This record gives sequence, structure tokens and C-alpha cells, in this order.
Amino acid sequence: MSKFKKKTNTSTNIPTSALPDIIFMLLFFFMVTTVLREQDLLVEQKIPQATQLQKLQKKTLISYLFIGKPKNTGLYGSEPRIQANDVLISAPEIVQWVNQERDMLPESDRGLITISMKIDKEVKMGPISDVQTELRNADARRVLYASTGKVPN
Amino acid sequence: MARKKSREVTEVNAGSMADIAFLLLIFFLVTTTIASDKGILNILPPKLDPNIPPPDIKKNERNIFNILINANDDLLVEGEYRRTPEGLDSEIKDFILNFGAPDEEALVLFNSLPASLQAQAQRRPESSDHPKEAVVSIKTDRGTSYELYLEVFDLAKKAYFEIYGERVGLGADEYRTLTGNDEASKLLQDRGKEGIPMAISIAEPNKIGGN
Repeated sequence: MSKFKKKTNTSTNIPTSALPDIIFMLLFFFMVTTVLREQDLLVEQKIPQATQLQKLQKKTLISYLFIGKPKNTGLYGSEPRIQANDVLISAPEIVQWVNQERDMLPESDRGLITISMKIDKEVKMGPISDVQTELRNADARRVLYASTGKVPN
Repeated sequence: MARKKSREVTEVNAGSMADIAFLLLIFFLVTTTIASDKGILNILPPKLDPNIPPPDIKKNERNIFNILINANDDLLVEGEYRRTPEGLDSEIKDFILNFGAPDEEALVLFNSLPASLQAQAQRRPESSDHPKEAVVSIKTDRGTSYELYLEVFDLAKKAYFEIYGERVGLGADEYRTLTGNDEASKLLQDRGKEGIPMAISIAEPNKIGGN
């Protein structure tokens, strides 16, 4: 009988002193990878899916345009609008916006500015082609249609 | 008197440290949006100079792969009606690699291709002459949905990436993820693309069904 009882003497405490370190490690990971949302989205964004995605290497070259139906339809109407930074703009203002964005880049990179267009699924091609025409006018011809990966079936 | 105090154990209770860290962790977990800068890259054509009339491009009809998408999201591919873009990628691939009437330069290109790609050349007279001439043209209406347009564009890109990848012995996915940052991947990238330009033309949309 007493043969088996001996084992119960061992303490079963798990040392938890390293737990804070582990949690801190996780914390730092998220702190480094996180990008706090700089702007409130004023338009709806359901990004379409695609398979042939490419990732851009230089993030500083990217400027974002959001296109979609405004969330606040009472104020902005229900037609698709363009959001740049924090405000809704109309298509002719894009040239000015592109020039502002381009001025923020170092001189050597100005030709490489890339516009990432985050376009809602529901938008039709009409407004998009207007935006593209303006981008051509502004000579910002590198365009990225932002999309999420599709699981091939 | 003063000594007595220094003898006391001055260890800070670190038991709640984990809780504090957890709190911070959860805050960052909630606020984080891992940036997704992924997408399909498209290079727009340069702005037309109003003083210079657009160049008169004479291209044989057989060298253009026409895809029309109307405001009802129906497709017209090479004059043929269809409902879904399924299978378009392999058709575009066949079109690019057709080698119907290659010139000398294209023959050199043809001979440099691996056998698996050479076997795909169907040499039909009504399809493209050679990859340098071949153009995939996508034309939409203003009322076409962006989702379908992107799907078709995606398939056209897929066809090209598959060719590029196969040329250097990679899958399309592997080829696409080449960064071009180091010598080796840059070399592979260039070898895949060489002589086969990615010619996807996006035509100005018709004014139908939109605003």
C-alpha cells in the first residue's frame, strides 16, 4: 500500500514566473505588427477576392484610395464616393491629392508612387474608370487593385 | 535604527505582472489590423497628349483576344456569348502561345521555351501570330460590376503568370511571389518575362448602365 503513496509527495506546482515573459513576447509581436487605423472609413468596404495577388515591397510608396457607398447615406448620398485620407473627394480633386502625396515622398521615388485602390464589391466600373482617368492625368499610373486571397476550389 | 529597514525584503510582488501584460496584449489584439497590401498590380497607359493624335494602330484582329463584359455582367469572349468567366485562363494561355505565324525573332523565342510550353502551341491561323503580338483586351460598360471585372483581369494575369512560371520551372504561385530583391529571384523573374510582354489592355468603358 505504502509503495504507491510515496509519489504523492512531489510538489505539482508549475513555475509561473516565466509567464509574464511569454506574454510580453506576444505583446511585442503584436505591437510591432500592428498598424493602428489612421483614418475612419467613411465608405463601405467589402474587398473582392482574387487569386493572382502580388505584394508590394515598399510600403512607403503606397497611397490609399477608398471607393464605395458612403456609410452615412443621409449626409453623402448613396452613390459611390472616393475617400482619400479623411475626406470624401470628387474625381477632379484626385490630381491635387496625388500631387500632395507625391510631394511627401523622397525625390528619387516620386515616379514610383503606387495607388492602392480599395474598392467595394458593389461599385460599378463607371466611377472606377473616372478615377483611373484622373490618375492618368496625374501621371500616377501604378495602380493596385486591393483584394484578398481566394481559396482555390 | 536605520539599518533595520534595509534588512526588510524589498522584492516587488510580480504576480500581477502577467495580468498587466495580458491587458496590454488584448488591447493590441483588438486594435490590430495586419496591413494587407496585397492586390493585383495594373499599370495604366500614359495620358494622351491632345496635340498628338493617338497612333493609328493596325493590329490584326486575330492578334487581339477580345473580352467584352456588359452591364448585365454577361461576357462576350471572341464573339461568343457566355455567362461565367470560367475557363478563360486556359483559353488566354492557348491564345498567347498559339504561334500561328511566328517571325524569325519569335521562332528563336519558341525554341527557347521548354517542351511543355512548346507542346501547347496549336498554330491555328485564326489565333495570335506570336506572344509579342498577342494582346488581351478587356472592355466593360460603365454598369459592369467591379467584382466581375477583377475576376476576368485576375484570370488574364493568371494565364501570363502560368506561362512565366512554367518557363523557369516554377508554379504560377511561386513565380508570383518572387520578390526581385536578390539576384537569383530577379534573374528568374526576368527569364520568365523575357520576350513575352504582359499585354492586357483595358479599354475605356461604354456609357451603358452606369452613371
